Amino acid sequence: MANSKTVIIKIKRQQTPESKPYSEEFELTYRPGMNITSALMDIAASPVTRQGKVTTPVAYDSNCLEEVCGSCAMLINGQAKMACSALIDNLKQPITLEPFSKFPIIRDLQVDRSVLFENLKKVKGWVPVDGTYDLGPGPRQSAEEQEQAYPLSRCISCCCCMEACPQFNEKTGFVGAAAISQVRLFNTHPTGKALKVDRLQALMGDGGIQECGYAQNCVEVCPKDIPLTRSIADVGGQVMWQAIKDFFRT
Amino acid sequence: MANPKIIVVGGGLAGLSAAIKVAEMGGHVDLFSIVPVKRSHSVCAQGGINAAKNLKGEGDSTWQHFDDTVYGGDFLADQPPAKAMCEAAPGIIDLLDRMGVPFNRTPEGLLDFRRFGGTLYNRTAFAGATTGQQLLYALDEQVRRYESEGKVTKYEAWEFLSCVIDDQRVCRGICAMDLRGMAVHTFPADAVIMATGGIGAIFGKSTNSVVCTGSAQSALYQQGAYYANGEFIQVHPTSIPGEDKLRLMSESARGEGGRVWVPKQPGDKRDPKSIPEGERWYFLEEWYPKYGNLVPRDIATRAIHKVVYEHNLGIDGQPMVYLDLTHIDRATLDRKLEGILEIYEKFVGDDPRDVPMKIFPGMHYTMGGLWVDFDQRTNIEGLYACGECDHSIHGANRLGANSLMSCIYGGFIAGPHAVRYAQNIIKSGSQSPQTVYESERKRQEEINTRLMNNDGTENPFLLWRELGDTMTKNCTVIRYNKNLQETDVKLVELLERYRHVNLSDRSMWANTSFVFARQLYNMLQLARVIAQGAAMRDESRGAHYKPDFPERDDANWLKTTKAYFAADADEPRFEFDQVDTSLIKPRPRRYDAAT
Repeated sequence: MANSKTVIIKIKRQQTPESKPYSEEFELTYRPGMNITSALMDIAASPVTRQGKVTTPVAYDSNCLEEVCGSCAMLINGQAKMACSALIDNLKQPITLEPFSKFPIIRDLQVDRSVLFENLKKVKGWVPVDGTYDLGPGPRQSAEEQEQAYPLSRCISCCCCMEACPQFNEKTGFVGAAAISQVRLFNTHPTGKALKVDRLQALMGDGGIQECGYAQNCVEVCPKDIPLTRSIADVGGQVMWQAIKDFFRT
Repeated sequence: MANPKIIVVGGGLAGLSAAIKVAEMGGHVDLFSIVPVKRSHSVCAQGGINAAKNLKGEGDSTWQHFDDTVYGGDFLADQPPAKAMCEAAPGIIDLLDRMGVPFNRTPEGLLDFRRFGGTLYNRTAFAGATTGQQLLYALDEQVRRYESEGKVTKYEAWEFLSCVIDDQRVCRGICAMDLRGMAVHTFPADAVIMATGGIGAIFGKSTNSVVCTGSAQSALYQQGAYYANGEFIQVHPTSIPGEDKLRLMSESARGEGGRVWVPKQPGDKRDPKSIPEGERWYFLEEWYPKYGNLVPRDIATRAIHKVVYEHNLGIDGQPMVYLDLTHIDRATLDRKLEGILEIYEKFVGDDPRDVPMKIFPGMHYTMGGLWVDFDQRTNIEGLYACGECDHSIHGANRLGANSLMSCIYGGFIAGPHAVRYAQNIIKSGSQSPQTVYESERKRQEEINTRLMNNDGTENPFLLWRELGDTMTKNCTVIRYNKNLQETDVKLVELLERYRHVNLSDRSMWANTSFVFARQLYNMLQLARVIAQGAAMRDESRGAHYKPDFPERDDANWLKTTKAYFAADADEPRFEFDQVDTSLIKPRPRRYDAAT
């Protein structure tokens, strides 16, 4: 190689939630195995744009850097992705980084995704145990049941599925695929089932499961390959039956 | 009587366990975390959690678990809490099972257990290869339930700065900074529980998450808390070197039959699959016939070091060895290890089902931490600690899959003790004047103002790289006194240069580099505790290995190191405590012999 290879990254930045967004371009020295988070670390260590302007380190969320904490989701070349597992070698240059567009912006690539955690409260995403004292083993479950539950339980709350969903917006207030898939998980659990009716009722009406337009973007972008569309179909059926039952009960 | 108000700092397994117990006992929890608690570092734990359930007909017992733990820790752990943890473990597994953790099952529908390092029993329950994630989620869900009932208030995106300590040396709350608006606030509480995890960032690149800086522990040490056994740092034998971090390759890969080897021929360039059995050196199996690839981590790490640096047999001359799973059928691998194989595939680009993985040791865990007594109390009244940030249970080396258990166990002890302490405080009507909070807030704001307006030339990120390089080179696998002393000199130099830090960002909104620079100071102070503690301990024990003092020296060093901060001299001082070995008499630790 004549010259050392470089990486060009264009980042959409914004100082505060109220200020105007702007764009900055960086040129970094390429190293094998480089990913987006290591590129952002390089920028932090030497925050100078490609044009030589001294700037500030880019604000972004990150923690585990191995695609299991769900922190570093952003739009990479327009796609909802985790920055840690986005290897430079697999990305077309110049690489563009933007914050998620459907969540309140905090700064640069940081957005506020607390809506998912609020939704998990609404759908009672937990198993209602009696207490933490010793009550013996849990219910016996077959290996098949475990193998069905486990993939659903690997959701990292990154919100990629919500960002990519055309129905997830202020107008619909759609709860999104991640929370629906958690409903499927907890409704299958022998003890979790106890709250099934509450969960299904939380998914009825405006913003509920009926807002899904079956675009299937969610399952496309999920970094954990969670069968989200199957979850939506499954829970959709449960909600329908619940609605019919509720109708005859009233 | 009023409900006790307990602050829990940290939302990993330990913090969430403590929070659940406090809420269950009727207390109110203010839960502080840098990241949303569901994104805490506990998610990274992969292989499993230990409990002697004896579901495999092997005659396992909690005593055997206790013995393995103490022996694995080279007899440096105080024995009563280690025994209590092992006895509580089966009940904790049952509770997690009831909470819905999708543990792997046997054909009969019971919990499945796998083998892990440092034991001959199948004692490790697991949920695929993402056990930490699954446990954290189960506890996160229970805390969310308490949150929706108003018993827990979360403060996510808040950075702990210090404790509020009154004139009687009683902890009365904390001082924390909002990571968005950067404002400093104090929060009163009847008791405070620290659960702030590991310190990996002190070593630059490690298997730890970004938030694991040890900043909180260091701040407390500088406020008068003892920091114990800081020199005991676990280097995990199998990590995947990366540009931004060292990614863990779980011990469960070896628990499921993974074999570590190198080509016998130095610089052998053949495709590993084409190298015949006879030309491979399975050095762990040869050196440790009884435990084989499942020797404890300190032993495996030193063996890999030796093969690479003394025998010069690293793959292709690089500091790497093979961890081979390719002899195991794909379906088994997918069922039991998918999560970790996926990490290797995503970050390295090879499929470990087809190609042996290339791995090397990486800094992973601190056995040392805030000193606590058997009830998880620090030496500051009203201040508790649990999980990786405390020093208990693991002694000189932690066994794999004991950390998840010790985190939950620690939280389950700290929570109730903090509540009972707080109830007494409320009964006695003891209170602190408002000025205590005011003066702590002012002290922290002054630190912020000074840092923000500093006019120097030093870049905090580059100082951090120097810190990490020095600590990794001199304070991990192999330690020499000369290098350790040079390390401390270097740390003093870095602290001096830190005074001239220049921030490239001086804004007062979500300023991540400012927060990092603040943590860096605490990392530097704590690094001195590690380096000096290591320099002092002239013996080899567990993870602490000095070629010049290759034997364990119980006569002089069967002692807990306790560092405290001498504020006037701005450096650590040391005391030593006897280790409580009342239950199992220390014996030589050897994994190579057939005993």
